[in-house]
Amino acid sequence: MQNHPVYTDNDPQSELSTLNLGPTHPATHGVFQNVLQLDGERIVSGVSTIGYIHRAFEKIAEHRPFYQITPLTDRLNYCSSPINNMGWHMTVEKLLNIQTPKRVDYLRVIVMELARIADHIICNGVLGVDTGAFTGFLYMMEHREAIYEIYEEVCGSRLTTNIGRIGGFERNFNSRAFDKLRAFLKNFPKTLKEFESLFNRNRIFVDRTRDVAAVSAETALSYSWTGPLLRAAGVDYDVRAMNPYSSYEDFEFEVPVGDNGDVYSRFLVRNEEMWQSLRIIEQALAKLDKEPSDIFHADVPEFYLPPKEEVYNNMEALIYHFKIVMGEIPTPKTEVYHSVEGANGELGFYLVNDGGRSPYRLHFRRPSFINYQMYAPMSRGMLLSDAIINMSSLNVIAGELDA
Amino acid sequence: MAKIPNEELIKAIADKFDTSVTVVGEPYELLTVETGRETIIDLLTFLKTDPALKFIFLTDITGIHYPEQEKPIGVIYHLHSLTTNTRIRIKVFLADADVHIPTATALWDGANWMERETYDLFGVLFDGHPDLRRILNVDDMTAFPMRKEFPLEDPNRVDKKDFYFGR
Repeated sequence: MQNHPVYTDNDPQSELSTLNLGPTHPATHGVFQNVLQLDGERIVSGVSTIGYIHRAFEKIAEHRPFYQITPLTDRLNYCSSPINNMGWHMTVEKLLNIQTPKRVDYLRVIVMELARIADHIICNGVLGVDTGAFTGFLYMMEHREAIYEIYEEVCGSRLTTNIGRIGGFERNFNSRAFDKLRAFLKNFPKTLKEFESLFNRNRIFVDRTRDVAAVSAETALSYSWTGPLLRAAGVDYDVRAMNPYSSYEDFEFEVPVGDNGDVYSRFLVRNEEMWQSLRIIEQALAKLDKEPSDIFHADVPEFYLPPKEEVYNNMEALIYHFKIVMGEIPTPKTEVYHSVEGANGELGFYLVNDGGRSPYRLHFRRPSFINYQMYAPMSRGMLLSDAIINMSSLNVIAGELDA
Repeated sequence: MAKIPNEELIKAIADKFDTSVTVVGEPYELLTVETGRETIIDLLTFLKTDPALKFIFLTDITGIHYPEQEKPIGVIYHLHSLTTNTRIRIKVFLADADVHIPTATALWDGANWMERETYDLFGVLFDGHPDLRRILNVDDMTAFPMRKEFPLEDPNRVDKKDFYFGR
């Protein structure tokens, strides 16, 4: 390890002790390494090492056609893959100037908000586990399973979903998907309410989280924080409200903000976001009734793969199929930045295109990567047990951290 | 407040920086300007502190490689003015033999890891950076993997060779 500040500082006479928190530690929920210098239980300094699951997605993306990059985005924030998928589709649609029908937008909103709920269930549930309350996590996990079953009906897979195609969805939502969605909307609020009453005014939980790792709005902005963390610090920046995509402007929802950016207000912000997501899904379901039920993709034969029966029986479909797969359709030579409100913050896609079948350069603005860099500086002076809670409330997902 | 029109933004920058900042284009209404590394920090400081513009939020720093250009390595900044909801993209191109650029860590703490990532993947040296080490790749790696000459896979590997079909 060259130039490693902590390793060179290993003086045996020193009163400080060095603790390797991670790379595999049950309390870190992923591969994060933090080498901490401890004075008793208090952290004096820390160095984060990341990159343990770096898979060079940006490099791989330069060698793949647009539609094959979707599975790569699954593996960024794997707790909310559909948001990443949709963000990528919308980036390409923006590049190609594809207008999606309203029904596609609303279906996307439903899937994205389900993903946000699934992500916040994990984050807040695990925060409870880390403070010693397993019950809430257990109750909430049942509903994450319900969300995954909805994904299964929509796309066939659960965790790394690969939902949708450029221009819409690969197939229409079936009736079971809507049945399961309605059941979820009926059952989940009860549990969420129960979850809130377990924690929100729980003396032990509040004492453990209130004023822990408080972050001011200025610091949060200077560190480019986004998402629930920034909102907990009191800045009402939400991409859905500020730069609406996928017809978010048609929906009514609040952007919850916290007061001092501590672990407790992050928890409250995430809980409130789940309520808002439920609100959005209900509105989307109501809007879907007014849309024709057979539309699930935009009419862009140059970019949307035709169904297999047509490929075998119809000449145009065969030609388009061939051209899409072989990458013979010209695309604009330009660059585009598109961002969506991921579960952890602004998930941005910077795509530079040279007109070929794959991007010339693709960069993911990954909120976990940018949010996590404050972890070591902000841990200074903190108790080790508080730093653990702080890490779970940052909700850093290793896949998104390392890309 | 409403979005700052790009013409106003161009004028504000031109008033201050004259010809040292050039407009490259406005793809998808996002103003893109190019400048040299001598002016980049002044430009970023101006955009951040100007009371009318207030680009206080650093969205991203990343790099790009165009091997056939005279200055092949690019550093790309995305700034966001949260009060006016305006974005701007700034590009700086650097010669291969001299990939130095001043750091933006004095303006934004968040620039730290973004610059480390850009260094790690493209080999851009950010002068004045407090801790310029590799971040995603191992410390003893010598190549900069996002440069175009770096192959996606080791071309010498044999385990994936197929007797009949090649690779």
